[in-house]
Parts: sequence; C-alpha cells; structure tokens
Amino acid sequence: MLELFRFPGGIKPDAHKEESARTPIAPAPLPPLLVVPFRQSATGGVDIRVKVGERVLKGQCIGSAEGPFGTCVHAPTSGTVIGIESRTLPHPSALAAPCAIIEADGEDAWRERVPLEPFSTDPAKLRTRIREAGIVGLGGAVFPSHVKMNAHIETLVINGAECEPWITCDDRLMRERAPTIVAGAAIIRHLMGAKRILFGIEDNKPDAAAAMRAAVEAAGGKDMQVIPVPTRYPAGGEKQMIRVLTGIEIPYGKLGPDFGVQCFNVGTAHAVARAVLHDEPLICRIVTLAGNYARPGNVEARIGTPIDALLALGEPKPDTDRIVMGGPMMGFVLPESSLPVVKATNCLLAMSPALFPPPPPEMPCIRCGACTRACPMILQPHELYWYARSKNFGKAQEYHLFDCIECGCCAYVCPSHIPLVDYYRFAKSEIRAREREKAAADRARERYEFRKFREEREKAEKAARLAAKAAETKAKLAQEGAAAVIAAAQSRAHPEGKDEA
Amino acid sequence: MAYAPHISQDVSVRVVMLKVLIALLPGIFAYVWFFGPAILVQILLASVTALSAEALMLKLRGKPVLLFVTDGSALVTAWLVALTFPPIVPWWLTVTGVLIAILVVKHLYGGLGQNPFNPAMVAFCAMIVAYPQLMSQWPRAEMNTFEPMLRAIFASDRQLDAIVMATPLDALRTILRDPEQRATIAGILGSHATFGNIGGRGWEWVAAGYLVGGLWLLKQRIITWHVPVAFAVTLALVATTFNIANPDRFVGANFHLFTGGAMLGAFFIATDPVSGSTTPLGKIIFAAGAALLTWIIRSFGAYPDGMAFAILLMNLFVPLIDMLTQPKVFGHRRKSER
Repeated sequence: MLELFRFPGGIKPDAHKEESARTPIAPAPLPPLLVVPFRQSATGGVDIRVKVGERVLKGQCIGSAEGPFGTCVHAPTSGTVIGIESRTLPHPSALAAPCAIIEADGEDAWRERVPLEPFSTDPAKLRTRIREAGIVGLGGAVFPSHVKMNAHIETLVINGAECEPWITCDDRLMRERAPTIVAGAAIIRHLMGAKRILFGIEDNKPDAAAAMRAAVEAAGGKDMQVIPVPTRYPAGGEKQMIRVLTGIEIPYGKLGPDFGVQCFNVGTAHAVARAVLHDEPLICRIVTLAGNYARPGNVEARIGTPIDALLALGEPKPDTDRIVMGGPMMGFVLPESSLPVVKATNCLLAMSPALFPPPPPEMPCIRCGACTRACPMILQPHELYWYARSKNFGKAQEYHLFDCIECGCCAYVCPSHIPLVDYYRFAKSEIRAREREKAAADRARERYEFRKFREEREKAEKAARLAAKAAETKAKLAQEGAAAVIAAAQSRAHPEGKDEA
Repeated sequence: MAYAPHISQDVSVRVVMLKVLIALLPGIFAYVWFFGPAILVQILLASVTALSAEALMLKLRGKPVLLFVTDGSALVTAWLVALTFPPIVPWWLTVTGVLIAILVVKHLYGGLGQNPFNPAMVAFCAMIVAYPQLMSQWPRAEMNTFEPMLRAIFASDRQLDAIVMATPLDALRTILRDPEQRATIAGILGSHATFGNIGGRGWEWVAAGYLVGGLWLLKQRIITWHVPVAFAVTLALVATTFNIANPDRFVGANFHLFTGGAMLGAFFIATDPVSGSTTPLGKIIFAAGAALLTWIIRSFGAYPDGMAFAILLMNLFVPLIDMLTQPKVFGHRRKSER
C-alpha cells in the first residue's frame, strides 16, 4: 500500500453529490444552432479556418492552433457555418470573442477519421494529435494538455478527486467509462515516459474507485494504482493531489516535471484516448446539472450547445435566481444563460436563495486565525487581506500573494464573512496591471532613450561630417595655399616658360 | 454574492464571542459559590456600561449600531474587566475601567479588530495604577455576605475590614518581604487562612472553572492549544526551577497556575486574537513571554499579580513576533534551507 501524505489546511463542506450522481450520463440532444468559441484554452490563439456559408463536418477543424500554446477548435456536428461573430464567453471576465455559429444539418456526419496505434507511434506525433484534437485540461482550468505533456516524468498522476461540492461529472465518467480513462492514462504515460500511474480518487466515491480498479486490472495494470484519498477540499487541486500521492510540494512558479511528476484530470485522460484511438477531437464533455433542479444529473453535451438547452434538461425549479458555472467554491455566476457550453463547463449549478443563502453582513477581521488554519498553501490570509485592503501590494507579494490558488477555504471559514478571495483577486490584478504599465513605461523610456541616442548620434555624425568637411576645406585651402606658395617660389626660381625646357 | 466561494460555514463573530462568554460561566459559578453574588452585580454593571459606550461610539463613528453592538465583543471585554477587578470595588471604578476599555482602547484605535492592546487589560492596569488601594481590596473566601458587599459597591462604604482580605499572591508577597517575620513559603502556606490546597482558598476553584471553560473553548476550536499550553508550561517551568533552587523564597508551579489571573490569562486573555500573535510559533512565543513576565512581576515586581502588565508588554511585540515567525509557505523552503 502506498504511503499517503497530508496537505495542510482544507475544509469539509457538505458534498451534495448524491442527487446528481444517482443517474447515468444522459446524452444532450443535438441543438439546432451551436455557438463555438474559437478561444477554447487558457492560453494561445487560433487561426480561423472556415468562412460564413461553408459546410462543415463533425470533427472538422474550424480553427487551427496558433503558436506553441494554441489548440485546435472543431465543429461539434455537421452543418453550415452561418456566421462568425463576437459573442460573450462563459468566463469570469465576461469578455466577448469570435465564435462560429453553426446550423446543424441533423446528419451528424463525421469527417474522415484516422485512429493511431499509440504504443508504436512516435511521442511527438502523439502530442501533435492531442494538440490537433483540441485537448485541454477538463478539470476546469482548460490549460492546453500538449504543453503539459512536453516533458519526461517519473510519475503520472490522474486526478479523479473531484473535491468541489455538487459536481459529479468525473464521478459518473469514472463509473461508466473507466476503461477509456485507463487507456488514455496509458497513452499519456507512454508519451511522457512515466514509470507509474497513480489514480487519486476521493474516498467518498467508492463506486468510481471500484470501477477504475476493475479497469486497471482488466488492462493488465502494470505499475498502475487506484488510490482513495481522504475527502477534504481542495484535495483535487493539482498541487494538493500531487502532495497527497507523492509527498512532493510544488511551489509557485515551478512545474510538476521539475519534480518528475505531472497531473491530468480523468476527463482529460478520457479525451486523449478518444482522440488517439478513435480520432475524435474534443467536441463534447460531461456537464453536471446540480443544485436547484427537479431532475439533477449529468449530461454529455457538445461544445457550443446553448446552456439554456442543457438547463431545460434538468428543469430548474421556479425559485432559481442564478446559474453558477463550476462549483460553489470556485465557480462564477453566469451573466446570462444563453451562453454556449465550453470546454471548461464542468457544472451548471442552479442556485436559489433557499439553497444558497446570501452571506451575512461583512464584519471586521478579528484575526481569529480560522483562515490560516484552513489555507492549504500555508499562507496568512488575514495578513494578505490586510495588505490587499490597504493597497500595500509590495507587502502582499512578500506574504506570497501569488501562491494563493483561490480555493476559497479562507472565505468559507471566516466568521466575519469577509470575501477574502475577492481581495486577493483584486490585489493580483492590480499588481499585474501595474507590472504591465511598468513594462509599457519601460518600453517608452527605452524608445525615448534610443531616440535621444539616435539624435545625439546623428548630431555627432553631422558634427563629424562638418568637421571633416571643414578640415578638408582647410586642408584644401592649405594645399592650395601651399601650391600657390610653391608656384610663386617656382615662378621666382624659374622665370616663366623656362621650366618646361 | 457574485464571486466564489458561494457557500460559507455557519459561523459568525457573534457565535465566537458567545462561546467565549459561555466558557467563562464555570469560573463565574465557582466565583459566586465562594465569594458571593457581588461579582454578578459587577458583571451586569460592566455589561450595561460596555454596551452603552459601544452604541454611542458606533453612532458617533457612523457605523451600523445594532449589527456591531450585538456582535458580543463588548460583552467579552466587559466580563473580563469585571472578572479581573475585585468584586467589591465601587461602581464608578468598574464603569471607568469599562469606559477606558471600550472608548479609548477599542474605538479610538478603530473599533473591533483594530486594537493593538487588550482592552480589559489596559483597564485593569490603568485602574490599579490610579487606585491601587481600591484595586487591592478582595473579599475573604466563604464570606459571601451580600449586603456589606453591595454597600461597598454602591454606597462607597469602605468599612470592609470584616470581609476584606489580601489576595493569596499579595499575602505571600507581603509576608516574604517582611524581614522580621523570617517566614518560609511552607510556613506561610500552612498557616494562613488565605491559602487553599493548591492556590488561594476559593480562588483555586475559580481557576479550575476557567480551566474547564478554556478546555471547552479548545474543543470548540475557538482557540488553539498554542497559547494556553505555552503559557502554562512556561509559568510552571520557571516557577518549578526557582522553587527547587530556593523553596523558601519562591513558590511552586501549582500555586502560580491556580492563583491570580494565570488561568484566566492563559485561556481567555492571552488568546485574544486581535491583540495577540497569529502565527503558530508566534502564539507560543507570545504566551511564553507573557508567562515569564507574569512570574517576574509576581516574584520581584511592585504589583502582586503581573498577568495584566505581562500581556500588555507582549502586545507591544506582536507585530515583530508575527513578522519573524511567518510559517513556511507550501512548497517553499525556509531561508536556512536555501
């Protein structure tokens, strides 16, 4: 049995997993209109490859990856692109970005698919396949997976913790499609040269762990282990999961491979298997409908499906007043429910005042230390709050503001009901804005200095030219003068006409 | 709320303060049992004064009065003032003490959560400096005749010889300092009516009551073990060491722990999060320093009990202690390991 480690802090909120985890994953019906954002990963850009009016096939690349951090975007069904326009994205920033509006033709016709045999394929080619399949981290952070796979590691961690309350999409995925997850993990292991795979699953999901264990055995599971980890939020945080399974603490600014370990969500491993073995790009994902629904559950929805259409499947109760994308600890309130499902949409939590009562009024911090005891990063949240509030950003950074993973444990336990994470987000964005400003100012200063340097150089060159010219003239004059003197002397010495003789 | 997290634990400042008040009850019960109900009069007096002063200041400062008055923090301060003052001080002394605590120490420094000093302890120190005589008249144990005490509180009838007695710490100190008596600790503790089995007669039970309440607070996770353990262990270690070295001159650990403000200080005052240290190591240093200073003042100082002064002195060092005891952040190494 593997020795488990503890991560510091953490909380135990009510899990509320039962309601949505009871029923199997249901396929969401094909909507008549899909809105597919071209920006689907946390980083990188996309080169738009379709025109309005063009017919596309299911799985066809409509946006190719740009730059090392880009991932491809695909048509989730066959149909016609009837528009390319800027639409609001379901993202905390609520910014708009270009989207393809696709009218489904109902045929759901695939493009040609070319499966790969993973273990005889070159790792570089596998990475390209994963990138071209548009695979990003499906835990919610949507970081491009191919970038994370560009390393050599000892231990591959597959994260099935799913520690956020209410969310059950990974639980259902593990229960129903464990063999595919194991196959995906094996592909990633091969690609990254890892020696062992550790599947970490919170111990409140015994059925998922059993299914995974059976799949590992069926796959002949060499150097693969399914490990139940204690249920304590945020056990599913990447750094926390790695800590619990391996004892390694990855500090801010460092990456897993620096310590010989890398971590992927179970959904990501599943997507990798589908992409490599069936050449199916990432065009759908499991979305949990939990909270204030008459029929909570999990649905498999195509990227681009209007969220409204999914909500209808769960039948929100009449007193639903807002929808959160993600879980109650880290999710954000959707500005409107007409936005499309994206790769980060793991849960649509229906909220009502009865189910999620508004917090009591904010009181002053009494330094009780509850936040400090709950912080999984061993930060001093009350000090960070103090410095963020007083805009003492230098001090906030000294107290490791950027180590904060915004898990929300501190705000959850605060008896004064201070929205602590908001203060940290504010401080972080201010610091980043100032750094950008400073960088811009630095560039401006450099430009100015270069201009001054150039002007001075030109002045100096001009002066040098002038001086050279003057010297030349002087020399010429002197020469002429000298010549005249010589001529005069000669004329004196040799009277005219005699010297040629 | 628009931003995550969208759920929170069912706790509030009010609940925290209420639990502190509940934890004081066993000590208060023992107090009433051994010294009569006068303390309840003082607690009531202090509570009314504190709530009125709090409401007035909140009004003047334009803060939501009802929300803050009901947070329980003023009551905690009031009860601590009443419990550290002799129960037979005149009413105006209690009122003045509470006013100093609430108006000056709490609100002039910015209100709840902002005061660098423990309000109740400032009140105690100010009053013992200003009225040393009134602040050292304590009732005799098992002398719970209510009526003369009430007269002492409200009628300024200071004909108290029948009911007043020095506290154990005071008695011990006075006798030890009198060269003519040539007394030893063993002799004093055995002969004097002030002393009980462990600490002062009656007072040891009050201290035991605070201990019970404090342990409950610990179990409720309102306080952590660091402060009470560091305070008690330090006081016990120093007292035991000197007691072994010179048993005639220095009294032992049990007596120190179960007399005066030691138990109250360890569980209810040094644990004040607002004016105390917040890092785990900082709490230990803070409490150990407070215990050491308490012992020094008790053994060599001009005042019989040094707990209040010790806490205030350590309050001064809190910013420095906190700065120097920052724990190692997840994944980072300590400076010495780099």
